[in-house]
Amino acid sequence: MPIRGAKEGARSDSSELIVNPSPPACLNLPIISLSDVIKQFGRLAALRGITAEFLSGRLYVIVGDNGAGKTTLLRILAGLSQPTRGRVSILDSTDPRAVREQVGYMAHPSLLYDELSALENLRYFAQLYRINDEQRCRSVIFSLKLDPDLTRPVGEYSQGMRQRLSLARAVLHDPKILLLDEPFSNVDVGSARHMVELLAAMRNRGTTILLITHQASLLESASNEFVWMDFGKIIRRSRELELLQAL
Amino acid sequence: MSSLPTITKATLAKDLRLEWRSKDVINAMLFFALLVVVIFSFSFNPTAEESRQIAGGLVWVAFLFASVVALNQTWARELRNQVLDAFRVSPAPANALFLAKAIGNFLFVSALEALMTPLFIVFYALRALGPGWQLVPVGLLGTWALVVNGTFFAAMSIRTRSREIMLPLLLFPITIPALLAMVQATSAILTGEASAKFWIVLLAVYNLVFTTVSLLLFESVLHAE
Repeated sequence: MPIRGAKEGARSDSSELIVNPSPPACLNLPIISLSDVIKQFGRLAALRGITAEFLSGRLYVIVGDNGAGKTTLLRILAGLSQPTRGRVSILDSTDPRAVREQVGYMAHPSLLYDELSALENLRYFAQLYRINDEQRCRSVIFSLKLDPDLTRPVGEYSQGMRQRLSLARAVLHDPKILLLDEPFSNVDVGSARHMVELLAAMRNRGTTILLITHQASLLESASNEFVWMDFGKIIRRSRELELLQAL
Repeated sequence: MSSLPTITKATLAKDLRLEWRSKDVINAMLFFALLVVVIFSFSFNPTAEESRQIAGGLVWVAFLFASVVALNQTWARELRNQVLDAFRVSPAPANALFLAKAIGNFLFVSALEALMTPLFIVFYALRALGPGWQLVPVGLLGTWALVVNGTFFAAMSIRTRSREIMLPLLLFPITIPALLAMVQATSAILTGEASAKFWIVLLAVYNLVFTTVSLLLFESVLHAE
């Protein structure tokens, strides 16, 4: 399967980061389905029977208190964790291995090598997705307002820079589904807004985004739906953040 | 899978670059092995003949202990920033990671052996009475036996709470047949009293079996929660 965007040239505009020029063919079709998903860690139930569908080409913002099960849900969707019970279907496949190429994942930790530079990190991760295009790595770094020629190791970056590079790693292979866990933590407001613009542009081109954040107000204009989780369950879904908070 | 050699090479190159910058593995191993040589030389004062009898054991025990240091370090850097998860969510074959780590460890331990062997020769006044060239296959096969199991069991123990203790507990018992073969082969070559061929063949078979088993099981180990 050809990698979307693997052969594209340098770009300076974040809205051009996603290089698939064709409009999404199957917008508003369920791309992720969860049926009675339960996840237990010993006696602790992190997810308590989640049944939900997420449509393609939409940006979902998952909110909730600490311990609500948000990260567990994202790790299951990324294939890093297996549900104790229930069924997870992504892109019509129940085998997470089959869809790895189509899923991008950004965790709370950076998932980057501190001793390598930004370009060295992305060059390595690109090869894991069989992308041998250095220009693609450079353009993704550049689109997140980082300097691809900076030789400084990532360990010496500020937390905000590391978060942006972590997002660059997650979108490097132009995935159809993007799972982001706290992408704006320790990011300054200007950079966070730029990241939101970039994510909105990706969504407009057909990428489905599930994003966990405690700064939901940043995404009020960009998100399609807010999903509220509590005690391992999805308790509310709303298009308006205020409505969600008011309930 | 066609991407296996490419990703193995990329991961190995990345590991060598990380080691070149941090020197975590080689410094720790070298310091440890040096201490072992010095302590052994103070503890024993053997004649040349006695040295030939015991050197095989001393050398391989020193290398085994030193390799444990390398094996722990090589996975520890994948735990920082949970960077291993980036590999786990990618479509890259799990065995590419295993092979890269095993080859990397092989290079690190071989480098250590190349540095430490002259010291052993000097400290214990060693001279092979048997066919000295056979030390080369013994060294290569013995080192691979240490690192292939070590890489596998270090990956298994990586997410346990006390992985520094867990690795020797898992690794040492399973390494006993290989260690026996390495020691016997080395002693046979140094003393010239017996042929080392049986032990070399045993090492080769051991490596074949454990490399195959590790490759078959590594994906399950990598993706275990």
